[in-house]
Amino acid sequence: MNKLASILAGAAVATMAVVSTANAGAVLNAIKQKDFIQCGVNTGLAGFGIPDSQGNWTGLDVDFCRALAAAVLGDSKKVKFTPLSAPQRFTALQSGEIDVLSRNTTITLTRDASLGLHGAGVWYYDGQGFMVPKKLNVKSAKELKDAEICVQSGTTTELNLSDYFRANNMTFKPVVFATLDEFKTAYFNERCQAMTTDASSLAALRAADARNPEDHVILPEIISKEPLGPMVRRGDDEWFAIVKWVLNTALEAEEYGITQANVDSMKASTNPNVARIIANRDEMGVKLGLSPEWGYNMIKQVGNYGEIFERNVGTSTKLKLDRGLNAQWSKGGIMYGTPAR
Amino acid sequence: MTTFEDPAVPSEPPRVAPWNNPSVRAWVYQVVVMGLVLALAVYLINNTLTNLSERSIRTGFGFLDREAGFRMGESIIPIEPSNSYGRAILAGFLNTLKVAILGIILCTVVGVVIGIARLSRNWLVQKLATVYVETLRNIPILLQLFFWYAIITGTFPNSQEAWKPLPGVFISKSGILHAVPVADPAHLWIGIALLVGIIATVFYGRWVRRQQQETGRRPPLLGPALGLIVGLPFLVFLGFGAPLAWDLPVMGRFRFTGGQEITPEFLALWIGLGLYTAAFVAEVVRGGILAVDWGQTEAAGALGLRRGLVLRLVVLPQALRVIIPPTTNQYLNLTKNSSLAVAVGYPELTSVTDTTLNQTGQAVECIAIMMAIYLAISLSISGGMNLYNRAVQIPDRR
Repeated sequence: MNKLASILAGAAVATMAVVSTANAGAVLNAIKQKDFIQCGVNTGLAGFGIPDSQGNWTGLDVDFCRALAAAVLGDSKKVKFTPLSAPQRFTALQSGEIDVLSRNTTITLTRDASLGLHGAGVWYYDGQGFMVPKKLNVKSAKELKDAEICVQSGTTTELNLSDYFRANNMTFKPVVFATLDEFKTAYFNERCQAMTTDASSLAALRAADARNPEDHVILPEIISKEPLGPMVRRGDDEWFAIVKWVLNTALEAEEYGITQANVDSMKASTNPNVARIIANRDEMGVKLGLSPEWGYNMIKQVGNYGEIFERNVGTSTKLKLDRGLNAQWSKGGIMYGTPAR
Repeated sequence: MTTFEDPAVPSEPPRVAPWNNPSVRAWVYQVVVMGLVLALAVYLINNTLTNLSERSIRTGFGFLDREAGFRMGESIIPIEPSNSYGRAILAGFLNTLKVAILGIILCTVVGVVIGIARLSRNWLVQKLATVYVETLRNIPILLQLFFWYAIITGTFPNSQEAWKPLPGVFISKSGILHAVPVADPAHLWIGIALLVGIIATVFYGRWVRRQQQETGRRPPLLGPALGLIVGLPFLVFLGFGAPLAWDLPVMGRFRFTGGQEITPEFLALWIGLGLYTAAFVAEVVRGGILAVDWGQTEAAGALGLRRGLVLRLVVLPQALRVIIPPTTNQYLNLTKNSSLAVAVGYPELTSVTDTTLNQTGQAVECIAIMMAIYLAISLSISGGMNLYNRAVQIPDRR
């Protein structure tokens, strides 16, 4: 599968080199012409990108695409979603099948430098963690000595796991599965005393697959860095800038307290930072090639980052994720919206 | 015209142009085809290498010496994350061999029993065997592996409530754990004594048969054989002062450690592969027995042989000639099917090489290694079976 992916990636890089001959703003023009954004999302990960029972897409990554559509086209409904598996995702972006990839994808040097992509910013700080049945009464990953741990064979999960136990001078026994289904079935059948994957996926699995979600706890240790965020293909700096600033403006809006509910009243605010985002002060939208209402539309229709987070993965949802690293920098997290000014 | 020529003088071969000469032509065709095949191979290899270097993908087998970094669930040889990729792949290969050899034994035993049962005159036995064959060979092997794995992980108890069918044996979701004697220098000598006992028994058995043929009297076989195979190692054991310490599985915080373990992954794969292939072997055995002419059985009966002896001395030796070649195929299938183990988490060759491939990105090399190893295993099995086949063939009588 990896081999196939690299061949496809190679083919796509070649295609892309021909297609995008430094045509400034071509992606934005094309989007305005077709009047929707084609957005690559997960095939089904609760809280991040999954269709509900009516077939409506929901999730953190999905809402980023909606925010983008509201800012660019003035209507958050002008998005078409393309569900993509892990090996398909980069090829779809490279070949121009989608305009933006928003699919819990880790930003890495290799992906930026050798796959012809650009990470536009971090939408969710994730990391590999552990989940254990509550009845085992484990409080820390450091207590998992000699445990059997279910793991999915992937690019780095197995290695992160081994590294962590080596660093802590502990032994363990991995049970390695090739597919997600067998992996989670084995854990929920109690074949293993712990399972490991990205912490957000652990929360999604607990919410969607556990017979009783309260019977499982996610341990506090995070053993790797997985910054997830939207990606665009190289060769169109204008489009890259738009995606980057939509992301940062959603973060800033939360910082300044602009919400879906109060955006209309805040329009009269005397705070210049707020006015730049929603009242067209200094013509921020025009500089990006967007309408003056871009920030207002985005927050009015989709909300700020905090609202998007709480709605999809926050403590009131099935996933019950704390803000943690994803809280604003001013509230103990590391989410830091670069200033729109 | 020809009548005037002397037949003793060989007539000069008719002069033909080289392009009309059949043997020259044959050579030219061979050379051209061979050249094309070689050129294609060179082109493909060259093309691959060029493309890989263009995308700055590393090539070569140097990665085999690098530290693997990942841990394996089970292995016959000791292995740590600090060992090399080469050793990890070797451990995976040995795991494949283990399940293949034990699977072949299981499928042979079950297959022969079911095959003979299908010819039984007992209605119930025959129908049960038919149901077994028709069910197992018509369900995809991957589903059967999932089934056995689900049975084991679903029905076995947790380590805390493990079943204890025998002292020192614990059955749980973590597998079957049993006590093993603590390693002792005596073990080597006991093993040697056992080997000596077996070899001596074989020679004694031959002597017994010769005696019977020459004198008509049969010296006792069972007693001396038991003495050699069981008694000799036991004497050595006593000679070393009867060292008997057991390495018992001990319950830790999560599971048992120590002793010897048979993991659920191995069990599911072994049972799944063995029983699935046994259904095919059973049909081969049935076909082989039916291929022996009924007249042979009648003739043997006419000589006064009992039914068991008829089967053992007349029917089976002839059936074996028919049975062995298709059975070899089934053994090869079983070995190759063992690569499905990735689905149930048994760390065999494919699983380990996949992980290596994921981590190093050297897809071409990893796939080549896997193909070479499976090819080597398969050729060894079929080579061994061919030797055995030659041994059971009826020798040509001229």
